[in-house]
Amino acid sequence: MNFQLTKEQEFVRKMVREFAVNEVEPLAADVDAEHRFPTETVEKMARYGLMGIPFPKEYGGAGSDHISYAIAVEELSRVCATTGVIVSAHTSLCCWPIFNYGTEEQKAKYLPDLLAGKTLGAFGLTEPNAGTDASGQQTKAIDMGDHWLLNGSKVFITNGGYADVFVVMAMTDKSKGNHGISAFIVEKEFPGFSIGKTEDKLGICGSSTTELIFEDCVVPKENLLGEVGKGFKVAMSTLDGGRIGIASQALGIAQGALDVTVDYMKARKQFGRSISKFQALQFEMADLKTRIEASRLLVYSAANKKDKHLPYGPDAAMAKLFAAETAMHVTTKCVQFHGGYGYTKDYPVERMMRDAKITEIYEGTSEVQKMVIAGALFK
Amino acid sequence: MRIIVCAKQVPDTSEVKIDPVKHTIIREGVPSILNPDDANALEEALKIKDQYPDTVISVVTMGPPQAKDMLIECLAMGADEGVLLSDRAVGGSDTWATSNALSAAIKKMGHYDLIFAGRQAIDGDTAQVGPQIAEKLNLPQVTYVTEFAIDDNMKDITVKRSLEDGYEEIKIQTPCMLTAIKELNAPRYMSVSGIVHACSSEADIKVWNAKDVEVDLDTVGLDASPTNVYRSFTPAPKGKGIIIEADGVKEQAKELLINLKSKHVI
Repeated sequence: MNFQLTKEQEFVRKMVREFAVNEVEPLAADVDAEHRFPTETVEKMARYGLMGIPFPKEYGGAGSDHISYAIAVEELSRVCATTGVIVSAHTSLCCWPIFNYGTEEQKAKYLPDLLAGKTLGAFGLTEPNAGTDASGQQTKAIDMGDHWLLNGSKVFITNGGYADVFVVMAMTDKSKGNHGISAFIVEKEFPGFSIGKTEDKLGICGSSTTELIFEDCVVPKENLLGEVGKGFKVAMSTLDGGRIGIASQALGIAQGALDVTVDYMKARKQFGRSISKFQALQFEMADLKTRIEASRLLVYSAANKKDKHLPYGPDAAMAKLFAAETAMHVTTKCVQFHGGYGYTKDYPVERMMRDAKITEIYEGTSEVQKMVIAGALFK
Repeated sequence: MRIIVCAKQVPDTSEVKIDPVKHTIIREGVPSILNPDDANALEEALKIKDQYPDTVISVVTMGPPQAKDMLIECLAMGADEGVLLSDRAVGGSDTWATSNALSAAIKKMGHYDLIFAGRQAIDGDTAQVGPQIAEKLNLPQVTYVTEFAIDDNMKDITVKRSLEDGYEEIKIQTPCMLTAIKELNAPRYMSVSGIVHACSSEADIKVWNAKDVEVDLDTVGLDASPTNVYRSFTPAPKGKGIIIEADGVKEQAKELLINLKSKHVI
C-alpha cells in the first residue's frame, strides 16, 4: 500500500494551486454575485490541459490519471466551486462516456476538441419527473431509419448554456424499462435542439444550470452512444465516475473554508487574544481537519481504483457521501467561527457554505449514495 | 535556433532566515521555487519557441540534487532539455566560481545562439553570474532586458534595456547573453501534459558532475571563491510612509516642500 502521491500528481497540485490562486480566486466572488459563467477561465484552463486530464495523449488528452484529475477539481474548488464543477461535469460526464463507450469514429470526431477545451461538454439524464428514479425517462428517441428523432426535455443540466456537446439519455423502447434507454451524442447545432430555462440557484451561481429542449431533434444515426437499450448502463457508470469529481469538489470546498478560517482565527482578536488560542475552538477545528483528511483518503482511493480498473462504484459513492457531508458540516462551522462577518459577503465562507449544499444533492443525493453502498453490501 | 536558459532554485520567501553562526541561508522547512527572474528568462525563450517551433530550449542550473525538481518544472512549462551540474566540489561557490562552473557546463552543452538568464536570484541578489558567464564565454551582453524582439533571420535582436531613469534601445546579434527582468513578460504555468512528460522516463534531464564539464577544480567551490560572506542580516524595515492629504496638487507639493525643508533634505 502506498499513500504517497507520485511526483506527477504533486506537480499537478502545485500547478493547479498556482493557477487557482492567481486566475480563479480573484474572480470567485464576482462570478458568484453576478451569476456569471467564467468563460475566460475555461479558455485559460484549456490552454494548460485542465479540460482533458485523465485521457490519453492520442485523443488529445493530457495523459495523466484520475488522482491528478481529482486533485485539479479539488484545488479549483478550494477557491471557486463554480470553476470546479465546470471541469468535473465536462470531464466525467461528457468526455468519459464518449471515451469509454464511443466508437473510434465518435472518439476521433469529438474527443480532440473536447479534451483540448475547444468545445465544452455536458450530460443530460435528469428530467422533471425522473430525478433519483432515472428509469422514468420520458424523453423519447424514435428510429427514423437514417436518423433518430428526439422529443422531450431535460432539467438541471450543468454547463447547459455553454456546452457544445451533450451526452443525452432517451427512451427507445418504453416497454423494456431500464433496458429501453439509449444514449446519444447531441451537438448544440442539431435541428430541434434548444436551451430552455436557466436556473437561479442557492450556490455555484456562476455555473450554468439549464433545461434542454428536444423538439423533433434530428440526431444522426451514427451518434448513438453504445448499443440500443444500453443507455442506463452508460448513465450509471458515468455517474460512478462523476461522483469522484463531485467528491473532489466537496473536498476542495471544505479545505478552502478551513484554510480561510485558520487565517481568520489567527487574526481575529477577542478578549485580548487571537480566537485561535481558545481551546474550545481549537478542538472544533481539529475535528474539521480530521474529517477533511478522511474525505481526501476516500476520494483518492476511489480515483486510484478507477485508474487501476478495479470496481469503484461503491467507493465513489462513499467518497461523495462523506466528502459532501463534510463540506456542509465544515462550511457551516466555518461561518460560525467567523461570527457576524461570516454571514456577510465580505468573507468567502458565506459563498462556500451555499456552494457546499449542492454536493449533497447532484450526481445522486446523499440518500442515493447510501442506496449504492447498501446495494453492494447486501448483494 | 538553440537557446540556453540559466536558472536557479531558490528558497520561496522574500524574508529568508539566516543562520546566525554560519551566515548562510537556512533552507530547512522553506519550499524551493524557480527563481522569479529566471522564470521570465525561460518565458521569453518559450515565446520564441511558440513563434518558431523548431527552437530548442535547454535549461542549465547548478545546485544540490533536489534542484532537479526545478528542471522538471521548466520542462513542464515547455523547455526541451535540462542540465543539472551537481557536485560537492562546486558547493559554496561565490559568483565568480559559479560562473566558472556554469560557463564550463554551457561549453559542454555545445552550440547555442542565445543565452537568457534572470537578472538576479532572490536569495543572493547579486546580479553578477549572468554578466560573468557572458565575459567568460566572450559574448556580448545586455542586462535588465524589458522588451525583446528577434528578426526572422534569427540573428538580429532589438532589446529595450531598463535603466533607473529611462530606457536604452539596443540592437545586438546572436550569439549573445541577455538578462531578464520581471517587466519582460508574464511567465506561463506548467501544463498538465508538460508535467506528465517532464515526470516520465522520456524527459531529457541530465545530471553532470564537475568532471563531466571538465572545469578546473581550482576555480570552483568555496575555497576557490575570492569573496566570502562577512555578515548576513535581514534589513530593518523602512519607517512608515506618509500620505500627504491636501486640496489639490499645489497644496500637496507645498506641504511636501515644508516637510522636506524641516528635515533639512532640501
